Amino acid sequence: MDRTSKMLRRSLLGAAILLGCTTAASAQQELKVGLVASLEGAFAVLGQDGVRGAELALKEHNGVAGGKKIVFVRGSSDASPASAVNATRKLVEQDKVSLMIGPLSGSEGVAVKDYAKTQPGVTFIDGSSGGQQTTLVNPSPNFFRFNLDGAQVMAPLGSYAFEQGYKRVMVIAEDYAFPYSQVQGFMSGFCKAGGKVPRKAWVPIGTKDFSSVISSIPNDVDSLLVVLAGADAVNFIRQYEQAGGDKKIIGGSVMVDQTVLSYRGRLRGNLVGTLSSGWTADALETPAWEKFVAAYRASSKDAFPAPSYFAFAYYNAVKATLNALDKVGGDLSDGQEKFRKALAATHLESPVGLITLDSNRQAIGPAFVTKIVQRPDGKLVSSVVKTVPKIDQHLNLSKAEFDKMGLGSRDVPACP
Amino acid sequence: MGLAPGLMLAALAIYPMFANDFFILQIGGQTLIIGLIALSLMLLAGYGGMVTLSQMTVAGVSAYLVALLGDSHGGVSLGWPWWLAIPAAILVAVIVAAFIGALSANTEGIYTIMITLAVGVAVFYLVLQNRTIFNGFQGLSHVRPPMVFGVDWRTPLTFYYLTLACAAGGYYFVSRLRRTTFGLALQGIRDNPRRMSALGYDVIRHRIAAHAMAGAIAGVGGVLLAWYNTFVSPATVGVDAMINVLLVAVIGGIRNPLGAFLSAAVFVLLQSFAIDLIGSQRFRLLIGLIFLSTVLFSQDGLLGLWAHCRRWWGMATDRRHS
Repeated sequence: MDRTSKMLRRSLLGAAILLGCTTAASAQQELKVGLVASLEGAFAVLGQDGVRGAELALKEHNGVAGGKKIVFVRGSSDASPASAVNATRKLVEQDKVSLMIGPLSGSEGVAVKDYAKTQPGVTFIDGSSGGQQTTLVNPSPNFFRFNLDGAQVMAPLGSYAFEQGYKRVMVIAEDYAFPYSQVQGFMSGFCKAGGKVPRKAWVPIGTKDFSSVISSIPNDVDSLLVVLAGADAVNFIRQYEQAGGDKKIIGGSVMVDQTVLSYRGRLRGNLVGTLSSGWTADALETPAWEKFVAAYRASSKDAFPAPSYFAFAYYNAVKATLNALDKVGGDLSDGQEKFRKALAATHLESPVGLITLDSNRQAIGPAFVTKIVQRPDGKLVSSVVKTVPKIDQHLNLSKAEFDKMGLGSRDVPACP
Repeated sequence: MGLAPGLMLAALAIYPMFANDFFILQIGGQTLIIGLIALSLMLLAGYGGMVTLSQMTVAGVSAYLVALLGDSHGGVSLGWPWWLAIPAAILVAVIVAAFIGALSANTEGIYTIMITLAVGVAVFYLVLQNRTIFNGFQGLSHVRPPMVFGVDWRTPLTFYYLTLACAAGGYYFVSRLRRTTFGLALQGIRDNPRRMSALGYDVIRHRIAAHAMAGAIAGVGGVLLAWYNTFVSPATVGVDAMINVLLVAVIGGIRNPLGAFLSAAVFVLLQSFAIDLIGSQRFRLLIGLIFLSTVLFSQDGLLGLWAHCRRWWGMATDRRHS
């Protein structure tokens, strides 16, 4: 008995010491900002790039905003909603950050927005998550997002593709929220212009074998809308090539990415000419973008040749936050009322153009229709064929028209 | 042994007085839930010698069911009242656990692990790919504990006490089980199944019954887990989560019910604070190192390590005295 109670006492003591060590010492006139990104799991590389973007924005502000030294307190998720909320909760309730930036991916964003409702004293700024419902369904008054959602960014593509002669398209996409909204963005314009989507194949994330999908492609479609990411996209392209497929491909925003474009195979040539639509493009030749790319590449020796979407989105989120802090002189009193007003009224001169917020605190900004071209050195890059300077969350439709269509899902919209 | 758990319980009961919401809910609540699920594995592995990977699956079954039978968004939601939905969820978890037990009762060691891994992965893909009922990758959201006695059981404080009550109940049950006829027979089966069989004990039935009991504990843990996260998704029952339960049970010391909770605390603290301690995200590395050193140096886990140190210290002082 004696031994156990002693043991208990000592283990409690040990736990207390462990806790003591972890409480960070705080200095005066510092403002703690939580930064959550996926630094482990399948999206770890993307999360690290997001952090690079955030740090670049802070560096450009010399680490100071509103007269206060800004200190990032980092948190990490593994791209699951539970881990994102756990990481966010730790930063808010334990580290007592005043502002939160993050998370990275769609379903994480929805979960963090729900958590934000329970913490009205803290302002949340989305990192790079693109789920449609985060800001569209039951938005939280303290949750702001400075990047376009998955549907917005694809919205200009549908009508453009129809003009280019794509008439009947089969959809092949992963079976969760982000691809739903991407497909909706495409189809909203495509169906309206008169295009037909006779068939949609929704595949689970991590699908290795696409043979059943490939064999179900109807003969009478002229192209495929492929909204797959990373390894799934490469697997699909390889298998489609082996099966002798030759239909034209239209890509989702995260498919036309250097991780996929550096794929080497026979179909590589066929990828040239692939249309897509995104937040930015590899060959967006505006001075602001080129300046951003140069600053990004100089910021870290581990940086990619070009910033990923995630670096870009986190950069914007942090920049908007710091600008708003400057505007109110670092005044976060009164439940951050003044700061939130300034944030909501933001006119962010981002590397791709002007970004403003709507009444749900969701970004309205530019999107780019892109086409894959082969550079003289053989490298495939996406180049801009059409710029739409302003896309709102209703995809530039009227609210009534958008509400009639509803949120993107497996069956919405439909034009068989 | 009688005093220590009482003291521990008292310490845990007054713990919220000294902790903020984060430590009450995310550290305290999560520790007790993970500890409870690891406890169910400790029962199977420590008393019965059956190391399974499927305890998280059993917990996941009850988590999914409490969402499906009660109120949730996403998939099917039947909206049953809580007093029907919760027992039904746990009952189904017990049945599933007994089924897994029946499948694996004839196997030992690595084969038990393989069979339970297969069942777990099958359940993972079922909930991932079935969209009409389980809502696929996105899972079921807005799973909340019911308002009972006019109390909101999802505030940090009330939820903490709810998990504490469940954990204490589970601990009491498992530590009492050790000395019951059934518990003794189970430990006999662990040590020598053939001899127990020769003595007239039905080895298979004892094993299945142990799985069912562990299933009830894991089922309670699963319901709490769904309420804690307020949603349940395939990641809840993924291979990572399955292995985490095994890690926690082994690090704690597979023979002692207290060990499950102790190592769950270590696990949750590391998961939350590793990023502050070593700069970037090296949680997996840390927990892996702790696991390795546990397996290498102290097969009875953290508790065993402590006993080990005491023995070593005792020997050292004895030597000095002589």
